This record gives sequence, C-alpha cells and structure tokens, in this order.
Amino acid sequence: MRYLPLNSEDRSEMLARIGVDSIDALFSSIPEANRLSRDLDLPLRRSEMETQRLLAAMAAKNMPAGSAPFFIGAGAYKHHIPASVDHLIQRSEFLTSYTPYQPEISQGTLQAIFEFQTQVAALTAMDVANASMYDGSTATMEAVLMAHRVTKRRKAVLSGGLHPHYAEVVRTVSKMTDNDALSLPPDVFAAEDLAAEVDEETSCVVVQTPDAFGNLRDLSALAAACKEHGALLIAVFTEAISLGLVKPPGAMGADIVVGEGQSIGNGLNFGGPYVGLFATRQKYLRQMPGRLCGETVDADGRRGFVLTLSTREQHIKRDKATSSICTNAGLCCLAFTMHLTLLGEAGLRQLARVNHANAVDLAGRFAQIYGVEVLNRSFFNEFTVRVPGPAAEIVEHLAQKGILGGVPASRLWPGEDLDDLMIVASSEINTDEDRAAFASALRGIA
Amino acid sequence: MNRPEHPISSAGTGRPRSFTSNRGLCQEEGLIFEIGRPDVSGVDIDEPAPFEMRLGGLEREEPIGLPGLSEPEAMRHYVRLSQKNYSIDAGLYPLGSCTMKHNPRLNESMARLPGFGDIHPLQPESTVAGALELIAELSRWLMEMTGMPAVAMSPKAGAHGEACGMMAIKAAIAARGESATRRIVLVPESAHGTNPASAALVGFATRTVPCGPDGRVDLAALKSLLGPDVAAIMLTNPNTCGLFESDIVAIAEAMHAVGAYFYCDGANFNAIVGKTRPGDLGVDAMHINLHKTFSTPHGGGGPGAGPVVLSARLAPFAPVPFLREGESGLRLVEHVEADSQSFGRMAAFHGQMGMFVRALSYMMSHGADGLRQASEDAVLSANYIRASLSDLMTQPFGDQPCMHEVLFDDAWLKPTGLSTLDFAKAMIDEGYHPMTIYFPLVAHGAMLIEPTESESKASLDLFIATLRDLAFSAFDGAFDRFVGAPYHAPRRRLDETRAARNPILKWSAPTQDV
Repeated sequence: MRYLPLNSEDRSEMLARIGVDSIDALFSSIPEANRLSRDLDLPLRRSEMETQRLLAAMAAKNMPAGSAPFFIGAGAYKHHIPASVDHLIQRSEFLTSYTPYQPEISQGTLQAIFEFQTQVAALTAMDVANASMYDGSTATMEAVLMAHRVTKRRKAVLSGGLHPHYAEVVRTVSKMTDNDALSLPPDVFAAEDLAAEVDEETSCVVVQTPDAFGNLRDLSALAAACKEHGALLIAVFTEAISLGLVKPPGAMGADIVVGEGQSIGNGLNFGGPYVGLFATRQKYLRQMPGRLCGETVDADGRRGFVLTLSTREQHIKRDKATSSICTNAGLCCLAFTMHLTLLGEAGLRQLARVNHANAVDLAGRFAQIYGVEVLNRSFFNEFTVRVPGPAAEIVEHLAQKGILGGVPASRLWPGEDLDDLMIVASSEINTDEDRAAFASALRGIA
Repeated sequence: MNRPEHPISSAGTGRPRSFTSNRGLCQEEGLIFEIGRPDVSGVDIDEPAPFEMRLGGLEREEPIGLPGLSEPEAMRHYVRLSQKNYSIDAGLYPLGSCTMKHNPRLNESMARLPGFGDIHPLQPESTVAGALELIAELSRWLMEMTGMPAVAMSPKAGAHGEACGMMAIKAAIAARGESATRRIVLVPESAHGTNPASAALVGFATRTVPCGPDGRVDLAALKSLLGPDVAAIMLTNPNTCGLFESDIVAIAEAMHAVGAYFYCDGANFNAIVGKTRPGDLGVDAMHINLHKTFSTPHGGGGPGAGPVVLSARLAPFAPVPFLREGESGLRLVEHVEADSQSFGRMAAFHGQMGMFVRALSYMMSHGADGLRQASEDAVLSANYIRASLSDLMTQPFGDQPCMHEVLFDDAWLKPTGLSTLDFAKAMIDEGYHPMTIYFPLVAHGAMLIEPTESESKASLDLFIATLRDLAFSAFDGAFDRFVGAPYHAPRRRLDETRAARNPILKWSAPTQDV
C-alpha cells in the first residue's frame, strides 16, 4: 500500500522487539467476542489512477459554477481567487501542520492568525477578532450564547432578514438549552420593526446586513434601542466583500459582529469548509469563544506570537468553557488573510465597487423585463426579484439552458408563500455577456 | 522582519551577530501592516463603467486600515512565514490524540476538481447529482466501518460532532418525556475537554467518572453513578491513555439498563478500523474526525469534519440536511418535515464537502484491506516505541500493550528536576515536534506519543534513539540542553504569561513620540 512504509520484514522485527508473536496479540485488550471476525464489506485498495478515475466520474456529474453564467449567492459567493492563494495554502508547512500548540515551531501559522485577527477587526470596525469559527452560521450561534453570558438573559430576537439556515442553527441550540429564540417572519423589504421587539428580557438582537434578501440595513437606531434596554446587537454578514464598500457594523453600534468569510479566499465547495469570522468589543473579550493569538516576546526578547487567554477554552475550562470549539477553520482563515493581503485596501474597495456595479447593471436589465420586478431599494451585490410563476421552476429551466441563475426563496423559506421570489447575486466573475444571457433567458421564460 | 535594533544576541553562542536578525535560510519577516501599503494591490481590477450606486446611503467612508502587497511581496511574506512552521511533510509529528498521519496529495487534487470544489450548495439538485452520490458513498463507508445504521454528515469538526450526538440524545430523551429528569452526562476524567464542553453546550450537567488503576473506566464506580437522572456517558474508545476500554460492552449494557445512551468520542477510531466496530459494541452515537482517521489535512488548526454515526434508536432525531434514496435517486432533505423527529440544524448547508472528497479518496485508496493494515501499523508502531522506551520512561498504568498511542508520565524525570515541558522543548532542537504534553490529566506530566502508520522503521528507530539520548542527558544532569531549549527554533521559549497578562491581539500603529 503506497501510503504505508512498513513491510512484512519490518513488522516481524518490530513484533519481536515488542515480544509478541502476532499483531493480534496487541489487540488482546479487545475481548475476542467483540473483534470483527470478517473483512469489512468494502472494496479493496485501489491505485492512485483508479481512485482518480472513479472520483472524477462523480465530479463530472456536477455542473461547476465556472462552466456557466453564474448568479447564485444566498450565503456563499463565487469570486475570483488569485492563483497564488491556492498555491500558498498548499505549502506543506501550512497544510500539514497542527494547531500551533508549540509556538516556537509554529510562528508561521501564529503570525498569519495575528494578521488575520487584525484584518477582521479592521473590516468590521470592531476592537478584537478571534482566530476563526467553523462558518458564519455557527459563529452566529456562538454570538448568541455569548450575549446570554454577558447579559445573563435568555432571549434572542432574530431578524426576518437573517439567513434562515443561521436562524435555524440558533433555534436548534436555543431549544436544547431552554433559551428563547424569537424568529420574526421573512422580511423581504427590510420593513420589520426590530426595535419594538427589544425589552428588558432581551439578551440580543441578531440582524444581517446585507440581509438574506440583499437589502442593506442601517443598524444605528436599532443599536440605540438595544443599548437602552441592556441588550446586545449582533450584526451578521454573509458576503464579506460588502465590507469594502458598505458602512461596517462596528460603525453602526454593533456589540458583536459575526459573518461568513468564504467569499474572500475560499471556493464554493458545496457549502464547506468555510470560515466563520467573529469580532467584538474589548470589554467582552473574556466572554469570547474560540482561539486567540497574541503578541509576546521570546527568551531573547524577540517578538513572537502564541495562543493566549486559553482559560476561556474547553481544554482548560471543560464544562465552564465559553465554547466547545477546538479545531476551527485554520487553513480557510489562512486563505482569507492571503487573499485580503493581495487585495489590500485599494483592491478590496475596487473589487466591492465592481460587484456593486455588476449587480446594479443586472438589476437594470431585469427592470426592463415585463413581469419581473426587482424588490430592493438598496443592495450590494445581491437582490430579490419577483418572477411570474414559481421561482423554483424558473431556476430549473435556467439550469437546463446552461445558466445557474439564483436561489428560489422557497428553497430557503418553504411554506412561507415566497414561491415567486428569486434571490440573485452578481459578482466580478460575471461578464456583460453573462448578464445579457441571464436577462435574455429570463425574458424567454418569464 | 529585519529589525537591526533587535539583533539576535551573540553572547555565549559562539556565533557572530546578525545585522538583519536573519540566520541563513531562517528569514525574519515583518507583519503585513509593517511591510504593506494601502494603495498597493496584488490583484488587478478594472474600473467599472460609470453607474449609479444603490447603497441607500450606507457607503463606507472611513479608511479601513488594510495594507496590500503585490504578488511577489505576498509570495515572499507567506513563504517566509511557512518556513517557521513544523509540518508532517518535514518530520515525525507525534502529537498523541491528534493523529498526524501523511496527507496524500491525490486527495487535495480530487477536492479541487471543479465538479467538487466549484459547486454551490444551493445549485439546483439536478446539477449536483455527483456531489450527492459522493456524500452517499462516503456515508456507506462510514456506516460499514462503524457498524452503525445512520450517519449525520453536517457537523464541522469533532467538537461539533459531539454536540450533534448529544443533541440527538437530548431530543430522544425529550421524546420519551424525560427532559426534566435526565440531565446528567457522565464523563471520564481522562476525556478530551471538548466532551464536557459539548455536553454543557447542549444543556446537560456533567459528572466525572474516575479512572481505575489500569487506566480504564472504573466500572464499579461508573455503576454507582447510574440512575434515572443519567442521560448518557461520553466515552473515548480507545481512550486518551491509548487503551481500549475492555469493559465497553458491559458499560453499554449498564447505560442502556438505566435508560441512558452511550456516546463514543471517535477521535481515536484510527486504532480500530477493521478490527472492531462501535455499532457491535452498543454505541448509540460516535463522531468521526475525518481530519484524524481519514487524513484530511489539519491545516494549522482546521478545517475538520465530524460526521456522527447513529444507532437505530437515535437515527430518527438526526439533523437536517440528509439524503433520502427515492425512486428518482438521491434527494436532499433540507428542512425538518412535519412528521419528523429531527432535532434541527447544526450549520448552514450540507457539511464539509471539501473534507468529504479527501476522506473518500483516502478510503478508496486504502480499501478495506489497507484501512485495517493502517490501524495495525499504527498500533504496532506505538507499541514499538513503548517497548523501546519502557526501560527508561515510566507509564502511569504499568507496562501493558497500548493501541495507537503510548502514554508516559513524568515520574522518571522527577529525580532529574526537569519537567515534561523542558523535555518537550529539547525535542524541538533535535528536529521533532513534541508529543502531546500534560494531557490526559490523569497522568502526571503526561507525554502522549502517537507515531501513526506513516513512519518507516528507520524513522521510528531514529526517534527512539533520540528520546533515549535525551533521557540519558537528563539523567546525566545536562540541564542546559533542556531548560534553555529550544535554541535552534525560529523562536526561543515564548513568554506566555506576558501574552495573557496584557493581551495584544492585533497590530496597532506605533505611536510617534517613541
């Protein structure tokens, strides 16, 4: 077997040193009756070439985003990732290292995390950011639990513009822990009055901008309402590129900012692995979940980095920890920081402008189609359109015409009477021809 | 970073000072905030055609504070950083419980096929048939290897899988109408910290089960804790002392007899693939760390994947999404259906697809025969290290065969005055990543060594010889080799107390008056 260096001679010599005559003697602590007495009912070993052939055949049954005009978002976004990013994250020293528990020989990972934390804090306009969570949805859940710890209250109010998967993750954990999670109905027009839901029992309000329908939300008034009632404002985003153009949640009074970082540096990957971003105010630092990297010096006085404040974490605090998270999104966080470093401030702002411009262009084209209506007053690179008839069927028709054209709202909010709504994203990857093809195909169907 | 004001001390090293602080191939490197500039970009993006903003007046006006690097600068920055990391590709990485085995590069290339890496989780199902097929195939492998009838694929890492399993248990208890009374989860003292943390996340209270003199759960003590208030036990098997819990069937029966469930932490499943199956031992739920047993790369701390296999009793409570085999093929079930007992959702979308591809590629490459051989070689290698060091180093539970990892304590070091930490740091100077230290907590000054099946005999022999040489140095009183170590790493020992006392968690622009 190509991955196993020992041969039968080695194995015999090793067994002799150990002083047993068979490998099974080393498994003697498994009672005889509990050992598997047959071979697993699975295929035998395969060469690299055979394995590749079988997996490639499966992959070929899928329609890659890059093979078609592509306009799907709703929590995961396709952007161009510089070739150097994927090259760099595949360097052995990044790819095949563990969590940096021995800092003297992990400075590469640690410094990259320190840079990542600084970038995330800057992007969100918050004081501190952690070393990543699994993804945006679990980061949101952790933010709610953190708010409960900070406020010692148990009720979260979830905006109807929050990604429904995120809301469901929060509700699932809330149900398990007998906490309240009040989910407002889907809020297509960003018209809900969240401030009216905040009372003295409220631990936090969770609101997304750009929201799940693409609307941008000014959180300032809501932040004031939260403050007045002693509740925390948790701001969520699923499209990190938006922060290059849109007012950051930290500047609108958010107490915790969480989001999905996939759209910077990370591919679509059918939903994972992604990278959760988590930032907050300095005063809540000790209630934060997840790893933190901090600066220090070594025995020679040179600057170095270590994992720190680990007394919040499960390996020290066990059932009193701020979270159970251990493995996080290390390599995805690295891809994020690399891509963002390549973009820089000027590049991110320009990329965000191009995204917005493309979405504005697409919305303009849709406005010309009889029976199709763009519902958003504001948006970044994603908006909601009303189509004549079930959006799920239209999306299917579009796919048959070779266009991956959006997400039917009914797939995210089934049973909510949103069947004729479609959520559409346009990023820098779309050419004029792509958008023209989409508009033309939609005109043909609608 | 080249900072001539902080040159490497030359005193006592017998080496000339370095103006740049660099030492040959070991290059110092500044932070991007020190070497980059906000107006530089490594990405060319054209100006969009004139357009009218539709941001509703919410444009970002203040500077963000992000430096940029051109591509050559970025390459150099990250290559230099990478050179400060230890990695499996560069050397033996014996972190017990972490399973640092070889990461085959076929798996990387398969995960990057556009048909897997470039598909959106919300594309029409008709355009992702191959993705659903891959998830179903991986599920089939996991169920056969564990002997369990169902698997929840969405958990994102081991601890997330634990939470998933415990939520299924909580939902099952609720369905029996026992939510108010069954609130205790038993956790052995040797458990990973994630176990009690996950149980607490789900709203259970934990109680500790003591470890017996042989390093395994004390069955009598366990039974004395059982009652109608107990919801479950979370037991790692093989356990974190590297030992198989021989009483596992009796434990499962005892739990079931009082109406409780058996959660198995599958972090160490890599020791037993093809040798025994958790489903045949009475386990109700177990997460599988694809990033350990099935070699998806650890990536400096993640991402992982933690699918959870479930018994027939817990399967109805599995979270969405899941796959259903119908007449028209596989269908994704993304929402909790009206008549369903599913407890809800763990995360957005469908799980760690990128890890699924890598893990299946690993499994298909090994096959049933190779997977069993890998487990056998891992156990053989750990025992070879045990047998080769047991005359010098002490084991907390006596010299007995171990599974995939061998646990030593610091009793043998005590007369020397050196600590486990000193010994570990001296290993760094010899070119090794230290073993897991100070875990599990049941061993004093624990040193947990897991060599995995990826090491050749020559590699194991050199590792053993190195540890023996270090041990003799310790006995001989050669303190310098330990207390100042590491000397040859990119950094000397780092001041962790200082980092925690005055946390500096991000870069700030230096103040001008210095």
